Amino acid sequence: MEIRAGSRLKSVVCQTEVIAVKAPGTDLDIRCGGVPMVDPTGSVSDDVNPADGAMNGTQMGKRYVDPDETIELLCTKPGDGSLGIGDALLAIKESKPLPASD
Amino acid sequence: MNLMMLLEMASSGFGDRVAIGSRDGSGMTYQDLYDQSGRASEYLNQHNVEHISFLSESSPALPVALFAAAWAGLPFIPLNYRLQDAELQSLAERITPTFTISDGADLQSLLSDVDDVQTTAWHRFLNDTTKGAIPEPTWNMDPDEIAILLFTSGTTGAPKAAVLRHSHLVSYILGSVEFMGAAEEEATLVSVPPYHVAGMAAMCSSVYAGRRIVQLPSFDADTWIDLVIKEEVTHAMVVPTMLARIVERLDEQSAKKIVSLKALSYGGGKMPRPVIEKALELLPETNFVNAYGLTETSSTISVLGPEDHRTAYTSSDPDIRQRLASAGKPLPTLEVSIRDESGNAVSAGVSGEIWVRGEQVSGEYLGQGKKLTDDGWFPTNDGGSIDDGGYLFVEGRIDDIIIRGGENISPGEIEDVLLEHPNIRDAAAIGVPDEEWGEIIVAVVVLHNREDFSESAMKDFTKELLRSSRTPDKIIPLDELPYNETGKLLRRVIKADLVKRH
Repeated sequence: MEIRAGSRLKSVVCQTEVIAVKAPGTDLDIRCGGVPMVDPTGSVSDDVNPADGAMNGTQMGKRYVDPDETIELLCTKPGDGSLGIGDALLAIKESKPLPASD
Repeated sequence: MNLMMLLEMASSGFGDRVAIGSRDGSGMTYQDLYDQSGRASEYLNQHNVEHISFLSESSPALPVALFAAAWAGLPFIPLNYRLQDAELQSLAERITPTFTISDGADLQSLLSDVDDVQTTAWHRFLNDTTKGAIPEPTWNMDPDEIAILLFTSGTTGAPKAAVLRHSHLVSYILGSVEFMGAAEEEATLVSVPPYHVAGMAAMCSSVYAGRRIVQLPSFDADTWIDLVIKEEVTHAMVVPTMLARIVERLDEQSAKKIVSLKALSYGGGKMPRPVIEKALELLPETNFVNAYGLTETSSTISVLGPEDHRTAYTSSDPDIRQRLASAGKPLPTLEVSIRDESGNAVSAGVSGEIWVRGEQVSGEYLGQGKKLTDDGWFPTNDGGSIDDGGYLFVEGRIDDIIIRGGENISPGEIEDVLLEHPNIRDAAAIGVPDEEWGEIIVAVVVLHNREDFSESAMKDFTKELLRSSRTPDKIIPLDELPYNETGKLLRRVIKADLVKRH
């Protein structure tokens, strides 16, 4: 699926939903629980089995990135799966909280 | 991306928290705010307009209108209700057809004379959108849609409308605010008006952090203090003129104790050092944050945090102590660079123009395009320097720099010294055209006690602290200095007056 900034994706193995806040605008195999994610009109299916080691959960409001930070997914609904591109899992983007300024 | 995404996350993550309202639980929860924004988006769509404008003081209608406009895909335009009638009408003419949420009184009748402006009072707008079905979340996710148009304060020339797109604001929030980062009992007191970028940013960051909003529609130091105490406010943002008044009033009334305030941020102009030092003394438990930003950069780009304040305040090293007057360090999500007149980066400690680059930087004005370089840098027109520790010092608008005998002098440096004088309450240094020097330095000062004023003694005082080429050639006492309503010193007005006298 072609992913651009603003694209929404939904997991088919759990409740996870994400929004791409940064994306290269090319075809990417974004997965959750090891299974390709679908557009938000899709639904959870019992017929697919999540991959081993890809069910560590997603956290609301966290941003997930690949090592080069070419893609950044914001978790807008949490679930049990882990986000990845192909078989490679994405990591939580660490950010130092800033003091409130406005 | 869309601002509504932030509110949708808030309503699904902590929908039952109070978004805007009182400590007693009355007010609107995040779920209420989401629902009402949805109904209001349909209401706004029915009017077939191209812009949603807001011409009223802060009220709960503000976040509803802002998010409803985002949901409806229409730019939101907060207008400055303190402008002259004719100025306001000419701004309204530039944004028609528009639907305006107004005060329901004088301002509303003012706008009804303008063609293609439909208006309603803010409380009617709220009333008309409390009940009914909530539409499907169908907002546009195109990050390049316009979210907010903000007319810049126009200290020079006709106001320009800065364009903030959803991508700029969402990037700013995601980069600087932790989702649900606020504890349940936290509350923020918003006293900047809706037409100030900090007022808009406050709505977005409070929603994403889950921090209850308390509004003070019309600033007054005593009301501000009372509200902080009554609502157990934990966070607030003020402009320097507000903090000066708050500190004065707290100092005069030792019985009034502020204990809940965990963090106080200030920005929007230069903070006189005696004011911030007094504030640190009077509020020892409060964390101070100095934020520097521009309308064109979606608010804050640089922050002097609480640790930095304490380190600078208690240091005996003058270079570190000096950082109390800095704007701290740039946000990690963007780049700041100091450039000379040819656009080349200068070394640490050298003054130049502040340039900034990052996803939250718009640098665009309606009808004038983006004022960015090909590689994305925005020259801010603010002068400044970065010291060897990475701290940014802002010197004010480049146009205000005084050139005396070929030497570039930042007015701020002279003002800092003047404000150290025990009899000076407020001061401005202005360059006035002069045949011999090109410009001479004229200081205008507001005194605590006018009878004690001696120009020569005050000049001697500045000579002890400033290089002789930078000391004021003249010092003139005035009753007050002119500020605009958000605390920006109107140097242009002072200068025009001085040129007439000189």
